[in-house]
Amino acid sequence: MALQDKYKELIDAATAAPVVNLQVREQEEVLYIDGESSGAVKQQLWDIYGKLDPDYSAGDLMLNINSVAGISDGAKLKVTTNKTNLNIRSGPSTNDDIVGKAARHEVVTLVRKENDQWWFIKTDDGEEGYSFTQYLTPVEG
Amino acid sequence: MKKMLKLGIAAVALLLMLGTTSCKKKLKDADIQAAIETVLKADAGMSNSMVSVKDGVATITGECKDEACKTKCEEAVKKIEGVKSVVNNCTVAPVVAVVPPVTDQLQQAITDALKDFPGVKSELTDGVLTLTGEVAKSSLQKMMMGLNALKTMGLKKIESASLVKK
Repeated sequence: MALQDKYKELIDAATAAPVVNLQVREQEEVLYIDGESSGAVKQQLWDIYGKLDPDYSAGDLMLNINSVAGISDGAKLKVTTNKTNLNIRSGPSTNDDIVGKAARHEVVTLVRKENDQWWFIKTDDGEEGYSFTQYLTPVEG
Repeated sequence: MKKMLKLGIAAVALLLMLGTTSCKKKLKDADIQAAIETVLKADAGMSNSMVSVKDGVATITGECKDEACKTKCEEAVKKIEGVKSVVNNCTVAPVVAVVPPVTDQLQQAITDALKDFPGVKSELTDGVLTLTGEVAKSSLQKMMMGLNALKTMGLKKIESASLVKK
């Protein structure tokens, strides 16, 4: 229970947020928090995590908040890379060939989700393939 | 007497009819089988399957490449003229050989998630990921978000105490 005390603020925030399908579980000295929420709630929870453990280095929490579970096929996504263009690949891994690029802040369309890490997208120019979800942010409303 | 004769003719006609139909059926089964074999041989995924036909019922045996192939095989056979029904006893080749083990998938996902953090080195042992090297403090949260999401792929723990945050 010690970890649930340490991360109490985070668990309370997740409960209040709300986070859908919230699961809090402690096993072998790691606290697992899983659930689904909006991108804003995910950010809020990660900021609380960063306050409680500034370097995320204690190795005692796995915060798995899926902010893209509610996104459905056909949704518009903004490319949110740090600086570079987003690679579009022939398959769902970095081992697959780059078949196209999407510019930073370009808006693309979600065709289907391969898994939580890779989505099949299409650009307005008609380029299509797999891109890493970490760099795709749903365009709100 | 006339009645008997009529009955006799009817009996002969019936016998003839039965005779011809059963004879026709036999021929047909062989024809159907040949037609099916031609179709199966043409597809690489199905070429290890065999077929036998009895009274229009085609029984497929042997090995199919995968479940989709097994279904496709059955659909193809169903379409062949004369086939009344299909018994699909095809076995599917073990999937393990095709899909990489879970750890390989997780390892690949980690590599993908760390692609944009070239200073970070990682080692995965029994579901525990150890990070070393260095990362910009401003990128740390984004990197950790990506890695924490890999819990769904079997990642149990992230040890990053030795990772230098600049």
